[in-house]
Amino acid sequence: MELEIIVEQFQKKDAIAFQKLYNMYSENICGVINTIVKNTEVAEEICQDVFMKAWNNAESYNASKGRFFTWILNIARNAAIDEIRSKSYKNNKKNLSADYFVGILESVTDNEDGKEDIIGLKKLLVDLKEKCIKIIELLYFKGLTQKEVSEELDIPLGTVKTRNRSCISQIRTNITL
Amino acid sequence: MDTKEYIASGILELYVAGTLSELENLEVYLNSEKYPEIKKEIEEIEASVLSITKSVSPGIKGYGDLLNRMDGANIAKTGTIGNKVSWTAYLGWAASLVFMVGLLWLYQQNDQLKLDLEIVSREKDAMEQQIADSNNSLAKTEDLLKTIRDKNITVVVLNGQTVSPTSYAKAYWNKGEKKVFIDAQGLPDPPNGFVYQVWSLTLNPLTPTSMGLLEDFVDDDNKVFALANPNESEAFGITLEPAGGSESPNLEQLYTLGVATS
Repeated sequence: MELEIIVEQFQKKDAIAFQKLYNMYSENICGVINTIVKNTEVAEEICQDVFMKAWNNAESYNASKGRFFTWILNIARNAAIDEIRSKSYKNNKKNLSADYFVGILESVTDNEDGKEDIIGLKKLLVDLKEKCIKIIELLYFKGLTQKEVSEELDIPLGTVKTRNRSCISQIRTNITL
Repeated sequence: MDTKEYIASGILELYVAGTLSELENLEVYLNSEKYPEIKKEIEEIEASVLSITKSVSPGIKGYGDLLNRMDGANIAKTGTIGNKVSWTAYLGWAASLVFMVGLLWLYQQNDQLKLDLEIVSREKDAMEQQIADSNNSLAKTEDLLKTIRDKNITVVVLNGQTVSPTSYAKAYWNKGEKKVFIDAQGLPDPPNGFVYQVWSLTLNPLTPTSMGLLEDFVDDDNKVFALANPNESEAFGITLEPAGGSESPNLEQLYTLGVATS
């Protein structure tokens, strides 16, 4: 089934479409949340909250405002950031970027269940430069704007766009490896 | 438009990240509806972001778990029932199946006739509706039909947006005569002091040009409005604006939107 149709059905409160979307995106959403809250159990909890929120606000999504995944990704980042703020973490989302999502690599190497995914992540990151990892972290995991990224990494505004594109292109190449 | 250059600019990657402005999002969306290669590129970028976000996932709780938490919310559970069915039940079903086949045979021709009749009667109803809606003058109706049936007409369907998802409209665009007829039957009556304004949109960069207002909306019987359109429109949008209209569209009050594919 086409994504557009599933999303449309979901907006009409179709439980089957909702389940499909959950199966399609829940791992991604939990992954993003986990890199922010750095606590597997809390991440799983918030992840479910995010899908509940999505269900309750289904009608507020509109295709002309962006991709469905982007929409739910945004809900997830906000929920995760709210969580760490409420736990009196540092009060600035930019400070969250101290360790990058590859830090997850070290934190779960002992975890048997996670092994396959770790191999997956390593494959995706082949030939990926440190600056790529930083920019992907800030844009996709932390949801910083182009301007915020340019300030954070101290690079020109336009470079954010072009550098990010070449980094994503490298990942696209790595997927096909 | 040079789609290769557009893709190479890196704007689509930011679109997937969700860090563009509302106006930029709209522009990318309209471009992706117009150019399949842009849509495909967006999907591939999204796939790469999906693969990387998935690779750091701690594992998830099952959907059943989510349903349990949402218990009480208005969601229908879709669990399967695994009870045993006896052979008599199967026999019952088989018998009813035979009966159904018989019925089907009996009603086959009848159904076809009924269907034909219904189609004809619906067509008749539609025509009657059209005439009833345009009761102010026959000439206007004929003119309208002639316009809509003209082979040079491009029909653009405008779908409902966030503020009013159930709204819709159609634009019948005669490029030769530089005229657009907006069929606004699917829009709600505007609140007092407000008026619908129609915008011609061109992309790269997104530039809205006002085509005019849907004046006297409530009193208009057929809700079809003729507007001049000298623009090379790539999309049409209808927004709700304060009486008298606005210089630029208020995207928060974007009721309907549609891309013109030529």
